[in-house]
Amino acid sequence: MMLYVAAVFLPLAGSFVAGLFGRLIGDRAAQVLTCLLLGVSAACSVSIFTNVALEGHSVTVPLVTWIQSGTLDISWSLRFDTLTAVMMIVVTGVSFMVHVYSVGYMSHDPSIPRFMSYLSLFTFAMLMLVTADNLVQMFFGWEGVGVASYLLIGFWYEKPSACAAAIKAFVVNRVGDFGFALGIFGAYFLFDSVSFNTIFAAAPAKAHTVVHFFGMDWNAITIICLMLFVGAMGKSAQLGLHTWLPDAMEGPTPVSALIHAATMVTAGVFMVARMSPLFEYSATALTVVTVIGAATAFFAATIGCVQNDIKRVIAYSTCSQLGYMFFAIGVSAYQAAVFHLFTHAFFKALLFLGAGSVIHAMSDEQDIRRMGGIWRHVKVTWLLMWVGSLALAGIPPFAGHYSKDAILAAAWASGTPVGHFAWVLGVLAAFMTAFYSWRLLILVFHGKPRADEHVMAHVHESPLVMILPLMVLAAGAIFAGWLGQPLFVGHEHTEFWRSAISVLPGHDVLSGGHELPEWVEYAPLVMAVSGVVLAYILYTLVPSVPGQLAGAMRGVYLFLLNKWYFDELYDWLFVKPAFRLGRGLWQGGDGALIDGVGPDGVAAATRDIARRVAALQSGYLYHYAFAMLAGVAAFVSWYVFNAR
Amino acid sequence: MNDWHLLSLTTFLPLVGALFILAIRGDDPKVVARNARNVALLTSVATFVVSLLILVAFDPSSAEFQLKETASWLPGTTVRYAMGVDGISVWFVLLSTFLTPICILSSIGAVEVRVKEYMVAFLVLETMMVGMFCALDLVLFYVFFEGVLIPMFIIIGVWGGPRRVYAAFKLFLYTLAGSVLMLIAMLAMYFQAHTTDIHALMAHSFPVAMQTWLWLAFFASFAVKVPMWPVHTWLPDAHVEAPTAGSVILAGVLLKMGAYGFLRFSMPMFPHASAVFTPLVFTLSIVAVIYTSLVALVQNDMKKLIAYSSVAHMGYVTAGIFSVTTQGVEGALFQMLSHGVVSGALFLCVGVVYDRMHTREIARYGGLAGRMPRYAVVFMLFMLASVGLPGTSGFVGEFLVLAGLFKVNTWVSAFAATGLILGAAYMLYLYRRVVFGKLVREDLMGILDMGGREVAMFAPLIVVVIWMGVHPATFLDPMHASVAKLIDNFQLAKAATSGLSVAVR
Repeated sequence: MMLYVAAVFLPLAGSFVAGLFGRLIGDRAAQVLTCLLLGVSAACSVSIFTNVALEGHSVTVPLVTWIQSGTLDISWSLRFDTLTAVMMIVVTGVSFMVHVYSVGYMSHDPSIPRFMSYLSLFTFAMLMLVTADNLVQMFFGWEGVGVASYLLIGFWYEKPSACAAAIKAFVVNRVGDFGFALGIFGAYFLFDSVSFNTIFAAAPAKAHTVVHFFGMDWNAITIICLMLFVGAMGKSAQLGLHTWLPDAMEGPTPVSALIHAATMVTAGVFMVARMSPLFEYSATALTVVTVIGAATAFFAATIGCVQNDIKRVIAYSTCSQLGYMFFAIGVSAYQAAVFHLFTHAFFKALLFLGAGSVIHAMSDEQDIRRMGGIWRHVKVTWLLMWVGSLALAGIPPFAGHYSKDAILAAAWASGTPVGHFAWVLGVLAAFMTAFYSWRLLILVFHGKPRADEHVMAHVHESPLVMILPLMVLAAGAIFAGWLGQPLFVGHEHTEFWRSAISVLPGHDVLSGGHELPEWVEYAPLVMAVSGVVLAYILYTLVPSVPGQLAGAMRGVYLFLLNKWYFDELYDWLFVKPAFRLGRGLWQGGDGALIDGVGPDGVAAATRDIARRVAALQSGYLYHYAFAMLAGVAAFVSWYVFNAR
Repeated sequence: MNDWHLLSLTTFLPLVGALFILAIRGDDPKVVARNARNVALLTSVATFVVSLLILVAFDPSSAEFQLKETASWLPGTTVRYAMGVDGISVWFVLLSTFLTPICILSSIGAVEVRVKEYMVAFLVLETMMVGMFCALDLVLFYVFFEGVLIPMFIIIGVWGGPRRVYAAFKLFLYTLAGSVLMLIAMLAMYFQAHTTDIHALMAHSFPVAMQTWLWLAFFASFAVKVPMWPVHTWLPDAHVEAPTAGSVILAGVLLKMGAYGFLRFSMPMFPHASAVFTPLVFTLSIVAVIYTSLVALVQNDMKKLIAYSSVAHMGYVTAGIFSVTTQGVEGALFQMLSHGVVSGALFLCVGVVYDRMHTREIARYGGLAGRMPRYAVVFMLFMLASVGLPGTSGFVGEFLVLAGLFKVNTWVSAFAATGLILGAAYMLYLYRRVVFGKLVREDLMGILDMGGREVAMFAPLIVVVIWMGVHPATFLDPMHASVAKLIDNFQLAKAATSGLSVAVR
């Protein structure tokens, strides 16, 4: 039992000590302590994985009551089943690697303990999220990772762009959380509980319940799932709520690897997978998830093809891969989605950390147009980036191949029009994925150097403390797919997942019985290879073509380069009006209207009347005499008229 | 401990301290000031300790008024001196006694003129606040309820900023306008029910037509105190001009008086009218949340921003109370406690930099994180609590209120929930402009981080905010019985009156 609690709370302890006593114990101690505790936590997670996932002993560790009000009874409680165990491996594993890597990467930073503290805090929040036993505790972890992400994106708080990106990440996520919160309220309304066990047990009976929300009649489970999915869209940067993710690259690169590639952004996928017993009962919600996921996979890939910042290319790639996971969920292939989450964590963290190593080598240069030809100087990084890219593009036998294939096969096997739509977009995205990956590799490592001599003279391989984590992740990128395939989506998947994920009998797209046409099976691979070939042609054989293409299709190019103008649209639609409205309400509403008519108006009126009354007292005798006579006349007339 | 007169002791102990301070004589004004501060601090801490005994003696399983004390007061009438607390009021007594010592601590160094009088004003204020939450007689309640205004008026008018007179008068006029109507309503109640005992009045059922008028009269007074939109405009001015400690008490305790009034009078005594006017309250609450959040977004003055955010947060409270669900009402109560601590702490945060730079203009700051790491951490924590981060006190109240509202009206809940987004926007934007960024201003280069006194001032607040966020059961448990009774009675009375109106038809 201690093991389970320790795995979750050790990172919190590390964060606490490093954060509050960082100055006292010094940089080195903070690094050693947080890495050590994270290492222990990772070791615990491995043991938990064996216990829970491989040997099949799901565990729930109740801690204490949290909120209790009427029928709403929420406890702090840790739930460990296969889904949690898989997530814990991902979270603690990647986090441990990133902690170690950061020792090297951040070595010149003036506030090392703060950074390590934030990283550990994030890991704790993420672990709370994946071990949650009820929706509200999940929300705790959910918001916790949001805050940690905010702190880490804004880590270099002197940079205005970093501050802006941090706020944007938090606020856009809050939009998603708004949906998540309403989803929780809806679930509480319907099930009178927020605990997973109760909800999942009651879901089948409520499958056809109709509720009246927001002035309309809805299938209860559909509306709840849709609201929860809005939350997932925010956290997992899906189309519409994705705008924060590319900006989040303002944070230090280890942060991008840990939070914005491997763990936090996959929380949305995890949440929907966790809620599979609910989503299964809403075909509408699943369709929405499929469409949004597929659209994101495609949309983000198109942008990834033209970006010039090394981290932003990978960020859009992450966005696109998350889209894959979601449309897998949409066709009820939750297992495939989590499998891709698992493999993606390794190779995407590898790519990000590799990019960090490149940036480190290039004296903080991030523009790939000013790189090139450095592979001789950073051979290990170069090799590892190749591994990561091969895995990302889905080339066998690298990890991405197994999971991406499983997803696309499931999309086709679902046999629905939406599933086929997702398949088409997914295959197109696979083509673009390979293309932008090799565009990146070629522009960064191959060809002629485009950096100035000063930078080139400095290009150097990263220290061992940065390379070792990369190697561990590379091992994952090579073997995770091959090793995981039988467990996650292969013939052992029912024993592996057991009750952690529930799929209705009619929705099962994984367990055999679906013979795919040969061309469907090979299409992803063929597309990926052609993507690589196209990149090779465009950027190595005829490097003048990309520029000409961009010139010839200027509109399309600018549209993609400016990220489909989402930022501009939102700025025009929400941000500016909010400020304008705020100013209007303040000066017009509070100032002119409420105060003007209210207190200030009354005061002014009083003063005005007083002045007029004061004017009557002129001091001239004949004024008063006249007023007196008028009064007498009035009285007499009144008396005379009334006497009758 | 029943015969210890704990409530009276808590109420009047600060007054004793105030008398002591008045007796302080001396030639050296510095010595006088020091002695006055020490006596005030000692008295308020002692009061807090005594008030903790109230909690010990309080039986959380009972919904009745407890620790009751009665004494004859005005001979020839039914008006008596009656005190008592239930699960609704007990925490407010503690909130008042908890915040007062912190306020006194915060004014060391900030208030240098007329220190003796300042301390007296605060102790009198404490007596009034505690008495108001304990009073079980209509007249006694009114005396305390209005009495609170006097020291507050003086604190703003004497130790306030440049526009203090305007702010003080605005505060006074707004609240007086409401109070006059409430006084008339109280007289009407007395002539109808022939008693001023709050407990008896709760059991008395007023005629339906009369309820409407009484409800409106009380509403006029309470809505100003909350404050609800559109009678909130006194609050930003009062906050901006008040000295730091005044703002803390204003936001921490005084804003709770209106909502407390709804729970103590409007709901139990005029259930029918409350049900009728629920849509009005919901509408005003939603407007408050959205409108004032947007206004907060564009403020240039730190205190004004937090003042507007208070109005938004109190919007949750009023909406929660009128949802008449267990979660809604308990959430509203919890939100009030949380807001009392968090907004109080935020005003203290403003005070910390105001004491150093003597300006509240946001643009005059920036990049404090480097020079003031301790301050950055504390400010961050309370900023996040204000935003409603789970694990801090801010989350629990908001969450419960919204969950309760959702059961009653999904639209209201959804509109109120937009506060989650807007609240994050204006608080993060404030924090960024003050604490983040590059330190470029010459005069900020030498700014000093928080000292021992300031850390001591924030430490209890931090503990409470985390405690309330992680284990809110401590605070919610004593509420359950009283809230359940309130809701039960409300539903019964509503059913009875609706049955009655059917019968009349």
